[in-house]
Amino acid sequence: MESSNLFLLMLALGACAFYIGRGRSLAIASPLGGVRHLHSLPNYYGLNALLWCALPSMGLLILWLVLDEPVINSIVMGALPAELVPSTKADFNLLLNKISNLADGIMSADGQPAFMVAAAESMAGLRVISQWVLTAICLILATIGLYWGWRRVAAEYRARQSVERVMENLLLACACLAIFTTVGIVFSVLFESIQFFRSVPFFDFVFGSDWSPQTAIREDQVGSSGSFGAVPLFVGTLLISAVAMFVAVPIGLMSAIYLAEYSSKSVRTYAKPALEVLAGVPTVVYGFFAALTVAPFLRDLGADFGLTISSESALAAGLVMGVMIIPFISSLADDVITAVPQAMRDGSLAMGATHSETVRKVVIPAALPGIVAGIMLAISRAIGETMIVVMAAGLAAKLTANPLESVTTVTVQIVTLLTGDQEFDSPKTLAAFALGLMLFTVTLLLNIFALHIVKKYREQYE
Amino acid sequence: MSNSTDNLQKIKSSLKRRSRSESRFRWYGRVAIIIGLAAVLALFVDIISKGHGAFKATYIQVDIHYDGDRLGVTSSADKSQLMQANWDALVKSGLREKFSDVSGRRDKRQLYKLVSNGTGFDLKEHLVANPLLLGETESQWLLADDDIDTYYKSWLDGEPYDARLTKKQIQWIDQLHQQGDIRLQLNTNLLTRGDSREPEQAGIYGAVMGSLLTLLLTLMLSFPIGVAAAIYLEEFATKNKFTDFIEVNINNLAAVPSIIFGLLGLAVFINFFHVPRSVPIMGGLVLTLMTLPTIIITSRAAIKSVPPSIREAALGMGASRYQVVLHHVLPLALPGMLTGAIIGMAQALGETAPLLMIGMVAFIVDIPQGFTDPATVLPVQIFLWADSPERAFIEKTSAAIMVLLSFLLIMNISAVWLRKRLERRW
Repeated sequence: MESSNLFLLMLALGACAFYIGRGRSLAIASPLGGVRHLHSLPNYYGLNALLWCALPSMGLLILWLVLDEPVINSIVMGALPAELVPSTKADFNLLLNKISNLADGIMSADGQPAFMVAAAESMAGLRVISQWVLTAICLILATIGLYWGWRRVAAEYRARQSVERVMENLLLACACLAIFTTVGIVFSVLFESIQFFRSVPFFDFVFGSDWSPQTAIREDQVGSSGSFGAVPLFVGTLLISAVAMFVAVPIGLMSAIYLAEYSSKSVRTYAKPALEVLAGVPTVVYGFFAALTVAPFLRDLGADFGLTISSESALAAGLVMGVMIIPFISSLADDVITAVPQAMRDGSLAMGATHSETVRKVVIPAALPGIVAGIMLAISRAIGETMIVVMAAGLAAKLTANPLESVTTVTVQIVTLLTGDQEFDSPKTLAAFALGLMLFTVTLLLNIFALHIVKKYREQYE
Repeated sequence: MSNSTDNLQKIKSSLKRRSRSESRFRWYGRVAIIIGLAAVLALFVDIISKGHGAFKATYIQVDIHYDGDRLGVTSSADKSQLMQANWDALVKSGLREKFSDVSGRRDKRQLYKLVSNGTGFDLKEHLVANPLLLGETESQWLLADDDIDTYYKSWLDGEPYDARLTKKQIQWIDQLHQQGDIRLQLNTNLLTRGDSREPEQAGIYGAVMGSLLTLLLTLMLSFPIGVAAAIYLEEFATKNKFTDFIEVNINNLAAVPSIIFGLLGLAVFINFFHVPRSVPIMGGLVLTLMTLPTIIITSRAAIKSVPPSIREAALGMGASRYQVVLHHVLPLALPGMLTGAIIGMAQALGETAPLLMIGMVAFIVDIPQGFTDPATVLPVQIFLWADSPERAFIEKTSAAIMVLLSFLLIMNISAVWLRKRLERRW
């Protein structure tokens, strides 16, 4: 049976279990003199039966779906004569893919070697068997669960507590998904990066100044080992982020100050959401804007002044990224500025300070930790931003601090290394994970530090 | 005495400077806001001015003679005949009739380039829909080629862009224009077709469907899980190291660059669990992990805003903690949670980078019908088109962006509306 149909069948069985459990509790209750003689409400008996019926079999279903393909593959490949099994991992996967395509009927069997056809047949057979075994086991488990849930219905059975215990565990599991995600991220980038650092020494990667990840296709080709010195990427990333910060910090901060301290209420109600529109625009739109409007504009402008500005200049990408980050900084700064107590402002004004002096000498220093944290979060945003730089920044790794030239960034390289079909275990693709590890570590540190500052100072004045 | 006069003098002389600096500071603020708003305006004006043209396409009127003998079609119900017939010949002969003075192979080839190369296929569908046309002649508006489209639109605007046309073609267009046989018509292809290498035939329907399927899965997974996690953390978790650890994780995940989630999807889902690439399931899983922190954080805020007195009243009536949550807290917090979910979905709808990692950048013509069909999503389609060299794709890209932005606008407005209408102030 198809897994999706099986899933629906289990749901139906679960619904049956609910009604059977509920019905039995009502049947038990009526000779005793009504529902109030039961420990729990009838629905809880039903739910209890449902959980017993559905949970184990659903768990098995999911586990089976995850595991059955690798198991079948290893059985099929293990059954092949040893001399036919390719030695390299890539060829092995290719063969496996071919056999699997044959088994699916995507590829026609004509002209394929006999051993592959045979393997494909055995694979198809195993798949059918696996499906049926799964169906049988799931149904048996569900039926046993249903029976068990039905049998446990009794007037003194604490069905509600039992259901609530299961529910608490389910809720906990959902909350733990955040941990699993983090662990998944750390392991996936770390694992591949370690493999990468086996072929490219860590210090060559972090301190090397030459980045040309093109590896040769053949082993004996000249220059077959690409060089993986990531310094130009780090410099490029920092350059673009710096341009972005030069735009975003003054504009974001000043507009937050103006909106919080000076503007009339009507200006605030319209200008604030209008600025926040910028936060809702997808980054791919900014990328398009940067690549097709801002970059050509800057290039032509530069040409008028006799400057050569690359059409993939760091300036264009940085400017647009800065615009993207403005609302981020302004809303964070707005929060901390409005959190500064009015009494402090009043005190300063009473001493004869002007409004701007109050803002500069009292409000900003008081709000500074929050503002710094906001800027750090914004930097982490800028470093991790992908689409704008993929579309508007260059691909060539150049070690320069001139924003008029084209530079490349960590995220651009991750995307270019990983899009398209590559062998998964070549240093070229693994390098993307090493870059990902760097990116993750840096942004994580920035975020933890920023959140720490925010947490430490948030309630200072409350 | 003299000391205080001195001070007074000092203060008086500094007053001017201080008031100047005050007004300067105000102006910094105003300028900052004006720059910000100008950026918003520039972005939207640029995109709308580039993209509005794509909602219309150039069509050329040609008399088409559905000549059954030439096509080798005797009945429009016979599929194999329809498959083999040379439909382009209909278009070509129609064009030759229209411009009877054109001779020579090169000129003719240029003449045929006036209309899109998918026109023959359209004629076939038209004939299948109207079987009575077989053997008849009908004058029809045919979709023009993208270069003609670009030229004609720019010519109408008074700044002709003729880099990709020959002199002859320009003459023909002039002639067509004088005869009234060329015009702009609503571009239905844009919203009803999948991707294509030919700009005039390319549409965003496939990408919109892909986005819809992906978002549906994301919503189905991330909303229940996010709400469950929020309930656990707000209502049941005891304050300990482990709970703190979960919270730190959630807060950090909210700020992790989205591309990292793409790497996670690539390494874990594709390489470890062998989920196929380029399918909405894959995209949905990655976007779920990405939007989960947002949904958890907003749901927690919504739960927090339910006053404790409600919980206490329910507990006092003998409800269990789960009954308190399910019967009282959850319904009251639901509007806030839905707002958070919409914001999370808007974020997911605009997301591109992680989807590039998991192979949703493939060139896909077919409209995805289910969660396991290869698909692309709207932002990725925009990225792909923005990368295409054809000039006509600039217009298409901007139009696709306009569609994407209007979806986002609708979602955000409905979130604001929901918050205003349903959220209760205590």
